[in-house]
This record gives sequence, C-alpha cells and structure tokens, in this order.
Amino acid sequence: MIEHLPVLLVTVPIVAALLILLLGWHDSRFCYPLTLATILFQFAGGIALLIEVMREGTIRYYLGGWAPPLGIEFVIDTFNGYILPIVLLLALATAVYARRSVEKEIKPEKIVSFYVLFQLLVTGLVGMTITGDIFNLYVFLEISSIAAYTLIASSRKPRAYVAALNYLVLGSIAGGFVLLGIGNLYVATGTLNMADLARLLPASYGLATVHTAFLLLVIGFSIKVALFPLHLWLPDAYTEAPSAVTVLISTVMAKVSVYAMFRVIFSVFTTAYFVETVPVTELILFIAAVAIVAGAVLAIAQEDLKRMLAYSSVSQVGYIVFALGVANQIALEGGLLHILGHAVMKGCLFMVAGVIIYRLGTSSFSDLKGVAATMPVTCAAFALAGASMIGVPPTIGFASKYYLVLGALEAGHWVYAAVLLAGSLLAVGYIWRFIEVAYFSASSHHEGGDHHPAPGVREAPLSMLVPMVILSILCLVLGIFVDPLMKIVAPAVSLLLGGA
Amino acid sequence: MEAVLEAFLSHYNYGMAIILMMIGLYALIAKQNLVKKLIGLNIFQTAIFLFYISFADVEGGIAPIYLPEGMEAIYVNPLPHVLILTAIVVGVSVTAVGLSLIVRIYEEYGVIDEAGLLKMVKRR
Repeated sequence: MIEHLPVLLVTVPIVAALLILLLGWHDSRFCYPLTLATILFQFAGGIALLIEVMREGTIRYYLGGWAPPLGIEFVIDTFNGYILPIVLLLALATAVYARRSVEKEIKPEKIVSFYVLFQLLVTGLVGMTITGDIFNLYVFLEISSIAAYTLIASSRKPRAYVAALNYLVLGSIAGGFVLLGIGNLYVATGTLNMADLARLLPASYGLATVHTAFLLLVIGFSIKVALFPLHLWLPDAYTEAPSAVTVLISTVMAKVSVYAMFRVIFSVFTTAYFVETVPVTELILFIAAVAIVAGAVLAIAQEDLKRMLAYSSVSQVGYIVFALGVANQIALEGGLLHILGHAVMKGCLFMVAGVIIYRLGTSSFSDLKGVAATMPVTCAAFALAGASMIGVPPTIGFASKYYLVLGALEAGHWVYAAVLLAGSLLAVGYIWRFIEVAYFSASSHHEGGDHHPAPGVREAPLSMLVPMVILSILCLVLGIFVDPLMKIVAPAVSLLLGGA
Repeated sequence: MEAVLEAFLSHYNYGMAIILMMIGLYALIAKQNLVKKLIGLNIFQTAIFLFYISFADVEGGIAPIYLPEGMEAIYVNPLPHVLILTAIVVGVSVTAVGLSLIVRIYEEYGVIDEAGLLKMVKRR
C-alpha cells in the first residue's frame, strides 16, 4: 500500500470525484463528507510521503511499472515533499471552510458540480506537484486550470463569467506557451522525463531551440503565477470567484504554479544554465522588484477588501520570484519559506474576506466600518495574519522576508534589499486600511445609517471560524518554530541548487 | 535574401506553424467579438499541434505498425502524435468551457463584443 501511495494520491481522488458526481445526483448531502474524506486521505498521504522522503531520500514511482524515460514517473524529493503537504493542508482547510460559504454563494443546483470540480482542481495540483515527467506536468496543469475556470464562474455574480473568460483566455495562452516550450525541449533532446532532460540538455545549451524553450516556459508559468505585468487576469478572478474558490486558487494554485516554475528552471535547466548561459537573473530580479512595489501600491488604492488582497497577492508573488532572481542558498530558503508563509496567511486573509461577505454581503471598505465590534474573532485573525503579511516578528512572514533580505545582501543587491523592505512598509499601508476601518471607525448604523440591520451581523459560523483561526495561529507558530522547518527547507534548496 | 528564402523553404512547415500561431494571437487580441477571440485561441492551439506533428515526421516514414518478418521500413515518431491527442482533448475542453461562458455572458448582458461588454460591466 505505502509503496503505491504516490499514484493513489492522484487516482483515488479522481475516482472520488466521479463518486461525488454519481452519489450527489442521488442526494447532494453525500458530496461534502466524501470530498472531506478524500482530501483528508490526500493530506495524510502527503505527510506520510514527506516523512518517508526525509528518512529514506527521494521516492521514484514508475507508473504501470514502465521505467523512465519510456514510462511516466512520479518523483517525490525534498522539494516537492515540502510543497505537497502545504498544498493539501490548504486544500483541507478550504474544504472545511467551503461548506457554509458555498451554501450561500452558489446556486443549490450547482453544489454537486462544485465539489466535483473542487476535487479535480486539488487532484490536478497534486499531480503537478509530484510528477517527474514534463508533459504530464502540462496535462495536470490543464486539468487544474479548466477546473479553476469553471469554479470561478460558479459564483452567483454575473461578473464572474467575464472574469472566468478573461482567465480562460490568458490561461490558455500560458498553457500554449508551456506546450510549445515542451515541444522545443523534446526536439532538442528526444525525452520528456525531467531527470533525463537535466542530463541531456547541457550538450545542447548553445542551441536556439533550448533558449526558445526556456523563454516560452518561463513566460507561460509567469502568466500562471500572475507575475507583474502578466497579472491582469488575477484581480477580477480573485474578486469575483466564490470565497472558498478564492481561498483555494490564491493559495494552492498560485503556489503550485510557482513550484512548477522553480522545478522547470532548476531541475530541468539547472542553475548553470540560467545564471551563466542565459543571464536572466538581473531581469528577473528587476521584474520581481517592480511586482513587489506595483502590487502593493495598487493594493493600497483599492476600495474593496477582496480586491485589495488580490493585488497584495501580485506583490507577494514578487517576493517568491525575487528568490529565483537572487538564486543563492539563503534567498531560496526565504523563497520556499514564503511559499508556505504566503499560502497560510493569504489563505487566512481571504477566509476573513469570505466570512465578511457571508455575514454582510459585501466587502467594500465603506460598508465595513466598526465590523470588529460584531466579529471580534474574525478581525483578530485578520490582524494576526496581516502582521505576518507585513513581516512583524515572530511571524512566518518575518522569517521568510528576513532570509530573503539576507540572501539579497549576500549577493550584493543592496538596492533590491531596500525594495524588499519598502514592500513591507507598503504592506503596512494596505493591511492598516482594513484594521482602521474595522477597529477605529464608528459603525455606520450608530450614525443613523440604515445600511445593515445590526442583528444580522454576528460572528461567523464555527465551520468557517475554525480553519481561519487555525491558519492565523499557524502564522505565529510556524514563525516561532522556524528552525525545525529549516531542516526540511535547507535540503530542498540544496537539491535545487545542486541540480541533481 | 536567397539564404533566408532557402532556410524558409527547407523548413516551411515550421514557418507555417509560426504564421498560423501569429494569426491566432492576432485574432485573440484584435477581434472584438468574443466568439472570434475563442476561434483565435483555437487557431493558436492548432498551430502548436501542427508544430508537434511536423517535427515528428520523417521523410518517407510510415505509420509505426508491426511489419511481417523480413520487411523493413522507416517509422515516423509516434510519441508527438500521442502527446497531441492529449493536447487536442485539452483544447476541446477549453473551447467548450469558453463557449459556455460566452453563452452565459450573452444571457446576462445581451452582448458578445468586448467593448459593449466592458460598458455593461461598468454600468452595473
């Protein structure tokens, strides 16, 4: 059983998705427990694989017993062994959170298909994380993308259709670029297995085919991770999607796309290629720095909580890509920590936004005055995760940014280190806006306004509150216990830089 | 000039794929009608499929079918064909989702051109 765990993590949920559809047709009450059970299984499997990898080293699973490069293999090493539990933890938290949120935000007849697609999205992302075959990566990328387009469109708001179509067009162009890049790699080497590609590619580093492949793959994944200025699909998609979907795609999907980008750049092309053969690190650093500042400035300018958080994601993705540009041990450790940290804190913040929409029906700042009085726990969770977003010690956000700044200084990028700090200061600007509105503005109905009858507004339901609070506490706990975490992150970074 | 022409003619299949790709991207960006945009996306994807199929081809190659004892033949590379079969399925699904979204948009807003849609979205 345990030796087949990698493939079970993908096949069981696909079967489960079918079961959810069939049973849900009969009675929609089956959907939720089935989804939860499947994701729990995946989460447990992800943890088991991480423990196994830490103890025994890289796990290779040959699908159908066909040895690579002929067959497809799943590879779990310290890098994706670290990413996988993050993905599944967030998926689990979202699944718990989704139940009440979905009841309110999605038409009842769509709930069955919501859970089916939710399951498929998570499965596609898990597949992207553990596959060792680059074409397989593309297939899982498209599975998760198509599920994401439809999930965004499942909202009651008609604007969600426009946002989803926008994302579909840009996402498909990104997918097309990735497919073209893979084709070029295949032309250059005649293999699709990632380890095999890393072995064969150095012989053809001079070829224009390989350079083209590199550019196409990097641009394709940049659209997927919404790296500024390719982020145009993101704000609308995050704002218009149902809250639970926003939590899932903003945390898990964005992180897996970043993972895929790192995996292709480091494990397929190796550091030697992208630092020496095509020196793009300076360019990546510059783009990341612009992303950090522009995302944060745009976030400050927003009048809606959810949209503000969406732009904040553009900024935070900049931090992770920044690590890619510095490409030394310390900065990459910071980058990988930020993958975890940002997933946890942005998950929590979007959950807060979802809860507020659940109770108030809006997330526009002008309607949120004094909301902390009626929803104290929710706003406290926001404050804690927001502190982590800013980088207040001892939160996880502080740890990751600390490593990033150290790495930038070690590489001699003084100006860029200053940009990182400026990004944090700007984060204070947008996080503070909500804090000010929620805690320090008089509630609008005290002034005789009749926007919201006070009795309707109370603390969020328990099933939404629990995952939110757990995530916000995790921001703190992970920040305090960052040393044990580094025992997983450091080998992962060595693996990436070693290119082996 | 002659060298460029020579290079194009000897690899004209790749050239055609690139031209098709650009036509697709142009339609995607410049066309106002959402359905035409989606057709542009389809042309873009088809160009990628053609690129794969044309690099798989071997001059004089036949389909990789098991031959009786004693016969020899050159096979074309079957792997890209299989990959593209998968990619076609992806392309069809994306088109289906995209078209159904456009139907929904038309039901909600009564327009399928981009400028009109932007106006309607802003008004609400």
